[in-house]
Amino acid sequence: MTLLMGTGEVLSHKKYGEHYHALTIVAPEIGESVRPGQFVNIQCGEGTAHILRRPFSVYRVHKRGGWASTIEIVFDIRGPGTKHLSSLRAHASVDLVGPLGRGFAMPSKRAHCLLVGGGIGSAPLFFLADELRNEGHRVDVILGARTAGLLLNQIDARRLASVCRICTEDGSAGETGRVTDLLEETMERCKTEIVYTCGPHPMLAAVSRVAMDRDLPVQTAVEELMACGYGVCMTCVMPLRQKRHGGKEAEAEYVYARSCTEGPVFDGSQVIWDGTTPSSTEAVSVDQSELSPAGMPTRHDFPPEPADEHAPPGN
Amino acid sequence: MTIRRATKPPPEENSTDLSVKLGTLELKNPILVASGTYGAGQEGAEFVDLASLGGLIVKSMTLSSWRGKPPPRMCETPSGMLNAIGIQNKGVDHFVQEDYPWLRKRGVTVIASVAGNTVDEFVRVTDKLRTAAQQISALEVNISCPNLEDRDNMFAHSPEATAEVVEGVKASMPRRPVFAKLSPNVTSLTEIAEAALEAGADGLSLINTVFGMSIDVETRRPKLAGTVGGLSGPAIRPVAVRAIHEIHQAFPHVPIIGQGGVGSAADALELMLAGASAVAVGTMNFVNPRSPIQVAKGIADYMRRHGVDSVADLVGAVKLEG
Ligand SMILES: Cc1cc2nc3c(=O)[nH]c(=O)nc-3n(C[C@H](O)[C@H](O)[C@H](O)COP(=O)(O)OP(=O)(O)OC[C@H]3O[C@@H](n4cnc5c(N)ncnc54)[C@H](O)[C@@H]3O)c2cc1C
Ligand SMILES: Cc1cc2nc3c(=O)[nH]c(=O)nc-3n(C[C@H](O)[C@H](O)[C@H](O)COP(=O)(O)O)c2cc1C
Ligand code: FES
Repeated sequence: MTLLMGTGEVLSHKKYGEHYHALTIVAPEIGESVRPGQFVNIQCGEGTAHILRRPFSVYRVHKRGGWASTIEIVFDIRGPGTKHLSSLRAHASVDLVGPLGRGFAMPSKRAHCLLVGGGIGSAPLFFLADELRNEGHRVDVILGARTAGLLLNQIDARRLASVCRICTEDGSAGETGRVTDLLEETMERCKTEIVYTCGPHPMLAAVSRVAMDRDLPVQTAVEELMACGYGVCMTCVMPLRQKRHGGKEAEAEYVYARSCTEGPVFDGSQVIWDGTTPSSTEAVSVDQSELSPAGMPTRHDFPPEPADEHAPPGN
Repeated sequence: MTIRRATKPPPEENSTDLSVKLGTLELKNPILVASGTYGAGQEGAEFVDLASLGGLIVKSMTLSSWRGKPPPRMCETPSGMLNAIGIQNKGVDHFVQEDYPWLRKRGVTVIASVAGNTVDEFVRVTDKLRTAAQQISALEVNISCPNLEDRDNMFAHSPEATAEVVEGVKASMPRRPVFAKLSPNVTSLTEIAEAALEAGADGLSLINTVFGMSIDVETRRPKLAGTVGGLSGPAIRPVAVRAIHEIHQAFPHVPIIGQGGVGSAADALELMLAGASAVAVGTMNFVNPRSPIQVAKGIADYMRRHGVDSVADLVGAVKLEG
């Protein structure tokens, strides 16, 4: 993988619905090499008030060859970084690094793929759907959000999917309920063989669990807080089950894997989602904007600090 | 459109001599990367020629691997960030078997950062480095670690514990310069520095992160799973400048590796004028992995502009009077 760092030019800024902003950025070398599930890390503004780059999934790619390929990102305004990005218009330049991370694993043979997205978390699934279709796979989609305005581009979702099911918690669009309510029925109906999902953690946990119950491979894209995005700071880790010698899995055996380099796409069956994985019928939010402004759910229910090491407060 | 291939950085055209000596440690330029902000170099090599760095202070290593703290491990704060990683690392054996040969092959100036929970652990890590990584250029001792034998008080907060660790490490690897990395979270930095120097430290690294905490007011929970973390980035630069100034005034001949909020040549120069002979870029590597190279170039420009012939002439050159 070759990482690129430089400036791209904004080709256009548009809105999807009243909520989501989209930037199309001319970034040919990223556009030519990026895979679904990978992300770019963007510097949002000048000065040192907010120093860190912000990571964004690649939502769409338009390969135009030569020096014209573009990538598109979509986002909702959460804080200063996304606010700055929403102010950019054509010809503005953005400083970005990418393509970063490990994207979705593609099916090894022709397969029925179910893509499950919640809110803005659905972003990388559109690029994935394009690629899966190009490779001749069947794509079915479940798209959910709290309310209609937070559904990401349902028109394209319907166009890309053989079966597309839309749901909102308040019933303002599609069926009333959460994506997990529709999961088993859709899997049955579409003869799903592989599940891909991106969205808030509780949703990823629930989808993983349903898929695992059916012995289906499940690819989950996580969005952890990242400081560097390229693997040096160790801030973005996810707890992964570790196989013991002899292949037997033990709950107690886990490692922290960097979601920026070993992820952001993980095998959902390897991730320790919470102390207690919610069952598929429990309430599961599919709306990422719920995380804001209250912020990231602080998951203090992750595995406790190991007793045998006394790490310093920082570093 | 100016996306460049990260693997081909633009050629440097530096004629200015940036070499600097920190006691017996000779560096081709005074700009290093700080421990924990560049891993062991593999990732950064995508963006820069590691051999062109003044040196690479690798992520602190412990006797066996440390898993680290649960997430969330970081949050952004005004002009900086808080982290609570808990020194997640694969242990010294992994370093000597995997990272060190890789770095050697690329001609990188390596400074190994040693950490532990007991004096014995520090010494055993150093023993392994002496046996299997003889060509490292120097050691940095990360004493910002809880001391199991003293109710988890940090070594860096006690002159006695600081001295014991430094003495042990120095005795294990007497032929390599040892830099004690001090914590700013103490009442008297000079007292700790003195203890480290008397125990045989050849130099000091100043500063490690500043204790901090951040609370999500909506959930009323700390933003870090570890509750308290280490503040880094431009926010702490004045703290670093003051600490370096204090120690340089007290021990003018002791070489200091300055660190804390450096992202530009001006930032690095500030630390040097306060008394640092070399400067490590930390948090700002996350934003721009090429910043150490750009900082070094900026220092060369400054030296040309100000008619300075040697980096050494900048060290501690702050004008306090007149
Ligand atoms: C791999 C990856 C891909 C992502 N893809 C997208 C995307 O396609 N579209 C999109 O809108 N967002 C995406 N995000 C999240 C995006 O990075 C954050 O929304 C952004 O950093 C917020 O920056 P800000 O300055 O606007 O808000 P801040 O002030 O930094 O944050 C506002 C609030 O959002 C929370 N937040 C910040 N970062 C994250 C995060 N990573 N995950 C969840 N909550 C967060 C903060 O805790 C805070 O409460 C992605 C994150 C990752 C790690
Ligand atoms: C994410 C992170 C991890 C760090 N890990 C270590 C470490 O393992 N050992 C160490 O001595 N210092 C560690 N530090 C401290 C830095 O080396 C540096 O001293 C400090 O961050 C101040 O410099 P800065 O403001 O330029 O980052 C770490 C800092 C950060 C931000
Ligand atoms: S964000 Fe730095 S290691 Fe993943």
